[in-house]
Amino acid sequence: MTFGQLPYDVAHVLGGIMLLISFTLLYQRRVAAVINALAMQGAVLAAAAAWQGFVQGAPQLYLTALIALVAKGVLIPLALRILVRRFNLDRTVEVALGIGVSMIAGVALVALAILVVLPTTGSAKALTREDLALALSVVLLGMLMMITRRNAILQVAGLMSAENGLILAAVGVTGMPLVVELSTAALVMVVLVVGAIFVLMMRGQFESTDTELFEQHRGEAD
Amino acid sequence: MPLPWLIVFLPWLGAAILAFIPREREAAAANVALSAASFALSLALLAYPEGVQGWTRVDALNTPLVILGFLIGLTTAVFSFGAIAAERFDPLRLRAYHVAFQVFMGAQALALLADNMGVMWVAIEIATMASVTIVAVHGTPAALEAAWKLFLLCGVGIALALFGTIILYLAAQPFVGHGDSGLSWAVLKGLAARCDPGLLNLAFIFLLVGYGTKAGLVPMHSWLPDAEAEGPVAITAVLSGLLLNAALHAVLRAKAIVAGNGNTISPGGFLLAFGFASLLLAAISLWRRRDARRFFAWSSIEHMGLATIAFGLGGAAANLAGLLHMIGHSLCKSAVFFGVGHAARLKGSQQIAAIGGLTVTHPALGWGLAAAIAAIAGLPPFVLFASEFLLVTEMAAQLPWLLVPLGLGLLTAAAAKVEVLQRLCLGDPTPDAGPPRRGLTTLVPLWSHLALALLLGLALPGALRAMLEAAARIPG
Repeated sequence: MTFGQLPYDVAHVLGGIMLLISFTLLYQRRVAAVINALAMQGAVLAAAAAWQGFVQGAPQLYLTALIALVAKGVLIPLALRILVRRFNLDRTVEVALGIGVSMIAGVALVALAILVVLPTTGSAKALTREDLALALSVVLLGMLMMITRRNAILQVAGLMSAENGLILAAVGVTGMPLVVELSTAALVMVVLVVGAIFVLMMRGQFESTDTELFEQHRGEAD
Repeated sequence: MPLPWLIVFLPWLGAAILAFIPREREAAAANVALSAASFALSLALLAYPEGVQGWTRVDALNTPLVILGFLIGLTTAVFSFGAIAAERFDPLRLRAYHVAFQVFMGAQALALLADNMGVMWVAIEIATMASVTIVAVHGTPAALEAAWKLFLLCGVGIALALFGTIILYLAAQPFVGHGDSGLSWAVLKGLAARCDPGLLNLAFIFLLVGYGTKAGLVPMHSWLPDAEAEGPVAITAVLSGLLLNAALHAVLRAKAIVAGNGNTISPGGFLLAFGFASLLLAAISLWRRRDARRFFAWSSIEHMGLATIAFGLGGAAANLAGLLHMIGHSLCKSAVFFGVGHAARLKGSQQIAAIGGLTVTHPALGWGLAAAIAAIAGLPPFVLFASEFLLVTEMAAQLPWLLVPLGLGLLTAAAAKVEVLQRLCLGDPTPDAGPPRRGLTTLVPLWSHLALALLLGLALPGALRAMLEAAARIPG
């Protein structure tokens, strides 16, 4: 299966859209916009998983797709949006690294992902290899977002985006066992943390989600 | 249900029951009873036949670690029984604390017993979530910061480990059919020689960095001192004793697979680099710590580094040293945390400067803590001396030029510990902040760990030695 064949092209396009959304996550200046982009990435992930389920004839991937669509496309973004509205958190995104610099770093990370994955995976099928390179790029961009944002909600968004990349990798590998279990376990982690932020905000123990406030509470300087 | 799953599900079932006990003493007592039952059940592994069964496996490498884990779980539960009043939990936090403790115990056992690398990943993820909950349980800003750091760094770590797991399957994919066996460690190890070495390299790097984050290896270590300084005292003992072992065990399993293929990069070099970075940074950092719990958390980084160096060296003798070091570190470090936790309660502060002269005012505690600190400093006759001695002789035989950094790291770290030993246990006593406590729930776990560490250091029982020697052949 190579370039020019439908299964390959569609999978490629969906992976490419996810990577594009990862870049849009990097340059958003408002929390609400980040959440929208995240929901869109979740929905595209669901489409990518469903497409792989169809191409590979693996019905369990439809379940992964459904879980991704419901949880990442709808429920978690909804919860985050309620959180933002209720506690009036939608200020400008505070960045630890300028937006231009993080975009350049993002491009460098994508180059790194391609340089790492493509030469080492010569024995695997072309579709799998390129899917894996896209997926690793999404993972790395998610992590970049976790590093360059100071707001707890945006750090969780970065983690969720990284996790989307992981699931894209898992569904792209034909016959990967336990995909449903692994993706659910990864999802539970995000759900628990969003829930925890919610509870803490309700109880007033988190006056703000700006993690810089934490710095003054460290036990001692390292 | 097969025994490995019973061992995992007993604590999880207990967690469900503990969620409904709101009263402090009853909950703590039930926690002790449950931990004792889990420990007794884990002993049955000794009589259980080795081999793979579904998603789990029992072999010489994980059996001693599982039993050790539940032993420390039991002594920690006993310590927690005495310490819990001082934590001043409200009913909700009390339940969250006990539930998370038992969920953690089950998850670390599953992480060790899993044969399926996917199940192992899920288990380590559950253990991470449980430890984040326990570290955050007090809800103070410092505790939340520590928990957030733990969550973010370990979240990144386990994300990388999952990517590594996926690539591991991709390497084996041409040779395995559909089904769970594609992630089975035994199957992967058997197939490694035929797999594409490039894919195995890539998988190993991701697994090493991912699980290495959880094992507290430098430079992915920065969650560890915060987490161990801020959580409830009892939990520090299991975090440093069990979580790090489970993560390092996962790295070993990955190494065993990669070592099965002759054309891959040598995994040992990477382990040596991470190990030396951990040892040397920790040895220097130990001198700058003012907080007693942070000090000993940094010492966990140092000891994980030493075990990693041993596994990086490879070969039966060095692996034996590494395993013995993991076991000895868990025993001695939890003993230290019991002692430091009790002392911090007596003095009302965990700053090193606030604790002094314990041997004068509280001889049983003071001498116990002194012996435990001496043990983690690697002084004879305790087990860590034996494992470090074995490591140094192996290093001299295999890579003599690395003896210089190894010796420097060992001596710098040991000197820092002896200095802290003198400040905490000898010298002029500092005033007590609270009423005197008898502290049997501290002294019994502390001294029994010391007795075990002494026994392992002086005369390793023959059966255990045979088991560890068999285990040492597994990672290659």
